[in-house]
Amino acid sequence: MWDWAYTFEILPKLGWAAITTIQATLIGFVIAATLGLALALTRIAVPATAWIISVFVELIRSTPLLIQIFFIYFVGPSFGIVLDAFTAGVLAIGVHYAAYCSEVYRAGFDNIPRGQWEASTALNLSTWTTFRDIIIPQIIPPIVPALGNYLVALFKETPLLSAIAVLELMQTAKIMGSETFRYTEPMTLVGLFFLAMSLVSAALIRATETAIRRRMIR
Amino acid sequence: MTDSPMVRFDKVTKRYGPLTVLDSLDLDIARGEKVAIIGPSGSGKTTVLRMLMTLEAIDGGVIYVDGEPLTHMERNGKLVPADKAHIRRVRAKIGMVFQSFNLFPHMTAMQNCIEAPTTVLGMKRREAEARAAELLDMVGLSAKKDHYPSQLSGGQQQRVAIARALAMRPKIMLFDEVTSALDPELVGEVLQVIRRLGEEHDLTMLMVTHQMGFAKEFADRACFFYQGKICEQGEPKSFFSNPQNERTRQFLRAVLEAG
Ligand SMILES: Nc1ncnc2c1ncn2[C@@H]1O[C@H](COP(=O)(O)OP(=O)(O)OP(=O)(O)O)[C@@H](O)[C@H]1O
Ligand SMILES: [Mg+2]
Repeated sequence: MWDWAYTFEILPKLGWAAITTIQATLIGFVIAATLGLALALTRIAVPATAWIISVFVELIRSTPLLIQIFFIYFVGPSFGIVLDAFTAGVLAIGVHYAAYCSEVYRAGFDNIPRGQWEASTALNLSTWTTFRDIIIPQIIPPIVPALGNYLVALFKETPLLSAIAVLELMQTAKIMGSETFRYTEPMTLVGLFFLAMSLVSAALIRATETAIRRRMIR
Repeated sequence: MTDSPMVRFDKVTKRYGPLTVLDSLDLDIARGEKVAIIGPSGSGKTTVLRMLMTLEAIDGGVIYVDGEPLTHMERNGKLVPADKAHIRRVRAKIGMVFQSFNLFPHMTAMQNCIEAPTTVLGMKRREAEARAAELLDMVGLSAKKDHYPSQLSGGQQQRVAIARALAMRPKIMLFDEVTSALDPELVGEVLQVIRRLGEEHDLTMLMVTHQMGFAKEFADRACFFYQGKICEQGEPKSFFSNPQNERTRQFLRAVLEAG
């Protein structure tokens, strides 16, 4: 059933692929978190943009991520946007989750009492200082859990990148299986890796949450 | 420009939809004058302060501060609506204390007091802290400077809010029912601070209050608002003991009965 020799043979290669998966996750999440924040801020700073941002967010959330990945990778070139598979895939994941993150930030901003903005105006703080020092530090603690959940969800969707042949874990395991006709070991290892990483990240997120709460909310 | 009033409302009108909250208001406040604004709920008292703090736009008229238009600016000899930079420059002369304190909850008392001086006035941190320490001492909270708002009582929070506003060295201070959210036993400590401010600083003060006793002893003038207009105003002693207008009489009687 389980071939240990084969397991040890494929482990190093899977290890390398895992690094690609983690890179895709982290870069994708950085894009999602910053672009999401930018969308939410734009919406507040320029109310006229609110409807177009809403349409964009709805569009992204109502279509499958896989289609968006294909769109950027295969349709992009006809608009002169030629990206390698990794870049295109990570960008698609980042933008997809940015739509979700922007809603998290928006809820965070909505929960700041109006008095905080008014006190900032009365103290003559600039809009930028108000965001940086007053508003954003207050929205972070309540949104960490939601953003953390999206980080884990994003991580679990990176196997979609195998659809455009990015050599992340899933694609590597698939190739191994097709070469040796043994799928049990690579697929099991990949599954275990995702399980372990998800559990670890969930624990880390919870720890971060507690730490932030202890520091910021009195 | 020392002969110009510190604050001038010149035919200022404010509407919310079909509701005219302030109707062509004229009001001059002299340098260093302490004005108590009283009147029934919904008469527009808060709106007056919020317009002066630029938290509400006005629909007509001009507000002047320290001899210079606040809501407008001069361009080619004509008054046009002020831009952001102009409003920020003139607004620097005004500070406000709110009924609900509005302290920054993620900052200590000290941090609340140095945020604006360091970021807006570009003060060195050390200098801002020294000044904030003096102000916190003045409001009797030296011992609490490293406490967060949630670790302070309402009265203490409000005193921090006063110190925070003073840290910007305003010429005009606005107080909107600053003791209304406090338990009765905490009202005194906040009024005490305001009283000291009146004595020690050459501040122009506008306060909306339901504390008639305090208004009478503290203010130079009492203004009674009724339905968006100043119905009666005058020197507090005679205003409170011998009001001329029937509406004022009714209001004062009702307040007295409520205790
Ligand atoms: N944002 C708003 N939108 C619509 N109407 C408003 C708004 N703010 C105030 N008003 C109305 O304007 C009028 C004056 O309000 P204001 O808050 O100035 O009264 P006030 O004299 O301070 O009353 P109170 O003693 O209850 O604080 C009220 O009728 C109020 O309902
Ligand atoms: Mg009011």
